[in-house]
Amino acid sequence: MSRIAGGLIDRTRPVSFTFDGHAYQGFAGDTLASALIANDQRTVARSFKYHRPRGILSAGSEEPNALVTLGRGTGQEPNARATMVELREGLAARSQNAWPSVGFDLMEVNDLAAPFLTAGFYYKTFMGPYRIWERLFEPAIRRAAGLGVLSKEAADLRFEKAFAFCDLLVIGAGPTGLMAALTAAEAGADVILADEDFLPGGRLNSDRQEVGGQASSAWAGEVTARLEAMENVRILRRTAVTGVYDQGTYGALQRHAPGPTRPLETFWRIVARHAILAAGAVERPVAFANNDRPGVMLAGAVRTYVNRFAAAPGQTAVVFGASDSVHRTAADLRRAGVHVAALVDARDAPCDLDVPFYPGAQVERVLGREAEGVVIRRADGTEERVQADLVAMSGGWNPLVHLSCHMNARPVWRDDIAAFVPAPGAVPGMIPAGACNGEVTTAACLAAGRDAARQVVSDLGLSGASPDLPEAEDREARAEPLWVVPGKGRKWVDFQNDVTTKDVEQAARENFRSVEHMKRYTTQGMATDQGRTGGVTALAVLADATGRSIPGTGTTTYRPPYTPVHIGALGAGGQGKGFAPERFTAAHPVHLSMTAPMIEAGLWYRPSFYPREGEKTWRASCDREALMVRNSVGICDVTTLGKIDVQGPDAAEFLDFVYTGTMSTLKVGRVRYGLMLREDGQIMDDGTCARLGEAHYLVTTTTAAAGLVMKQMEFAAQVLRPDLDVRLMSVTEQWFQAAVAGPKSRDLLNDLLDAPLEPEDWPFMACGAVSVGGVPARLFRISFSGEHAYELAVPARYGESLFRQLVARAESMGGGAYGMEALNVLRIEKGLLTHAELDGRTTAYDLNLKGMMKRSKDFVGRAAAGREGLLDEDRPRLVGLKPTGAVKQLTAGAFLFDPEAEPTRPNAQGTISSVAFSPTLGHFIGLALLKEGPDRHGDTVRMVDHLRGISTLCEVCDPVFFDPEGGRVRG
Amino acid sequence: MRLTCPHCGTRDLREFTYGGAALERPTGDWGPAWDAYVHLRENPAGASFEWWQHDVCATWLKVDRDTRTHVISQVTEARA
Repeated sequence: MSRIAGGLIDRTRPVSFTFDGHAYQGFAGDTLASALIANDQRTVARSFKYHRPRGILSAGSEEPNALVTLGRGTGQEPNARATMVELREGLAARSQNAWPSVGFDLMEVNDLAAPFLTAGFYYKTFMGPYRIWERLFEPAIRRAAGLGVLSKEAADLRFEKAFAFCDLLVIGAGPTGLMAALTAAEAGADVILADEDFLPGGRLNSDRQEVGGQASSAWAGEVTARLEAMENVRILRRTAVTGVYDQGTYGALQRHAPGPTRPLETFWRIVARHAILAAGAVERPVAFANNDRPGVMLAGAVRTYVNRFAAAPGQTAVVFGASDSVHRTAADLRRAGVHVAALVDARDAPCDLDVPFYPGAQVERVLGREAEGVVIRRADGTEERVQADLVAMSGGWNPLVHLSCHMNARPVWRDDIAAFVPAPGAVPGMIPAGACNGEVTTAACLAAGRDAARQVVSDLGLSGASPDLPEAEDREARAEPLWVVPGKGRKWVDFQNDVTTKDVEQAARENFRSVEHMKRYTTQGMATDQGRTGGVTALAVLADATGRSIPGTGTTTYRPPYTPVHIGALGAGGQGKGFAPERFTAAHPVHLSMTAPMIEAGLWYRPSFYPREGEKTWRASCDREALMVRNSVGICDVTTLGKIDVQGPDAAEFLDFVYTGTMSTLKVGRVRYGLMLREDGQIMDDGTCARLGEAHYLVTTTTAAAGLVMKQMEFAAQVLRPDLDVRLMSVTEQWFQAAVAGPKSRDLLNDLLDAPLEPEDWPFMACGAVSVGGVPARLFRISFSGEHAYELAVPARYGESLFRQLVARAESMGGGAYGMEALNVLRIEKGLLTHAELDGRTTAYDLNLKGMMKRSKDFVGRAAAGREGLLDEDRPRLVGLKPTGAVKQLTAGAFLFDPEAEPTRPNAQGTISSVAFSPTLGHFIGLALLKEGPDRHGDTVRMVDHLRGISTLCEVCDPVFFDPEGGRVRG
Repeated sequence: MRLTCPHCGTRDLREFTYGGAALERPTGDWGPAWDAYVHLRENPAGASFEWWQHDVCATWLKVDRDTRTHVISQVTEARA
């Protein structure tokens, strides 16, 4: 155990967990990383490409090495960063990308082949036919290189989404963020403070310093408590702001505190009038040989583990950097009882610590598979080996500029701190402040936070005294940039993707000089950590190799998300029924009770057929139902068809504008079939239009196009013809509607309705008000089956009862309910259209409905439908087909050819849009679009279904197969 | 993105449907003006006048949006 005294962990609450099956103990307040360090676990992972053993590098979300898999099976979560996993009782973590174990990984052989596995290796080596790549190379590479794997079981991880609005979003709860939140909150602003950590405070919890006369962590705790007590403040702990979008919209990912009832993560969309970016900075590593060995750690992270988590990452340390902060690391280590074997400062700086000090020197390389020592090169060029199991390094700090760049801004380089900072005005409404803006002392950060918040308070029109700035450390932390230590050996810049300085230099040599090309060629910065630690180091190497400055080299593009986000969190609420809500008609329970298989029609569910005892196939049920309609009476739920109520003094003129036909001449109490076009002249939808009153129409649409038609009608009314006084209302949900079809339909209705139907009042295409059981209803004498038929509409709440009664009466008359399959057969027998024919590429002319386009007035699509090409006789046009060859089957989607022609695409004459077996006629029938079709009735064509391998000869005929004179529908 | 519906106030993008460039519909038979109306679109870097429908209240809106900054400078009711 390397647990030391002090820290911000709760020693009264021990927590048991396992790593790779071994049981360990930590405390509440630990992360998995700190608990592993406290248990002397140095190697926790294997690298992506070379399978080198890796330890914990950092103490934050930037961690590139320590990726682990949590849980198993349905709860398995790969690629969790150990530094971000809050320790919880029973946590089971596993190492990944290693076999048989993380300590002894056979794939480490890759490391021996490293000279060959440099940048571009895959591109250069695995050339060859695509199939070989797909079957041989890619699977092999995937096995060898990789991250954690999915369990391939449906995950039961729960995610939520949430929305929030505020005056001010403060991103980061370090000294800057806390001070900013406090200042704005005390002035009365509605504040959200979001921080990745479960403990607000940032570096205040990691460094030993005083703020306001007390330990900085205590100050942070006190301010947090004050903020928590304020009603106008929401603190989102464990919440990373992941993206910045238009108009002050921010995406944020919240991990939840461990607990069985909580979701794993919540994805927030936060709309903020103002934002203060107080994201802080991350330390960068120094590129020296074998800087990736377990035991090599960022100096600031070492302080975090020692000071906050009371976990010593080693027993003997070498501390290396070129800044005052490495002296601080050495002092903290000594205080924690860790032997400091060497403090190596690349600058020629003084040292007031009693430790072996190497000014002007550098750590040249690390010895051992897990760090056992280092080779130090002194200022005079001599070398010395020093034993150490911990190497703390600091190459300087990178301000976390990422979020400032999500709206296309590029960060700007500051020579004095050798770092990129956010460009001024990078995001409208967002003020960068503190360490992410290049501040280096705690006092400066506190002041920057307060100043930024004051600006926001004033912009919000609020007033109020700002809190006093607490006393804090203001000693200028001097630093010099330290990128690469000269010398042999591989020096890592991207730990997770195994990119070394050599790879970057090679990319430059091979002319991948642009930073974007270098990135893609070497994969630098393309791992899950997005190169947050070593990215700028890689730029420095590229700049050096190409003879440019770092700002001259430029950065790659920063894009959301800032930190990995589970797809499950982005899609929260969108699984299963949340993805596609279900719409049921009022008679749904009846369909289910009659064991009808339900099929989707958009979001609706409709019965396909109603199986009866002894019917073994759907065809048996379908044939019976179709014959039932032809011979007695059938009932069909047609509620799903769109219904649009159109009212207003100009309703008639408006409908003349949206329909190809004329609805203004329609008499009250009559229905007319209508076509609507798109403005490009193609048919959008068809349906009926009933005139219920002088200024009152009811338009029906197909089920699929109901929303589209409503939208286009609203567009026409509001945008194209604002001069017309008309209002539209969708009433699809308000009315239940059933078709009553067949020769006995009138008998059935006469029995059911409160008053019998007078035949002279109810000719074909009549409509009007009726009463059923005292309920006002609407009746339409329309037919989609070619039979004498009606559609009866009642308010939706009576739908189930009405449907039960209709079916019972029909059954007593030798009929019954019919579903979508029979409906389709009946309409094909009559050559009536659905979206199989109205497929968005057909015109009225194509469907032999040219006569429905009025000449007198303008209507939507009129001009375009008049184009020459759309009236070309050569266009495929609607016909009927009957099989005449040996094979008696027709299939939808099949192509049509002249009988003697080769069945190849250039010879295609048309396609079949709909087919059905007609029980009435005793053979298959089909509707097809055939070149010059209407002139070819009686001709023979060949149908070829290449997909199903079916071919047959057919006779071209009129598309109306049954009762072409329409005697039955009028009868 | 949020748009301010004159009836309902400021609402999230998900309540709206894009309706294309706000163009004047030509009259008469097919010709170059119709071709432009149906098929040809500018791809402006800057001010863009667009139709959007607020699905909740069904109001069609004319929106002045800057395609570079996504700043919405004006939203008016199409019918007005």
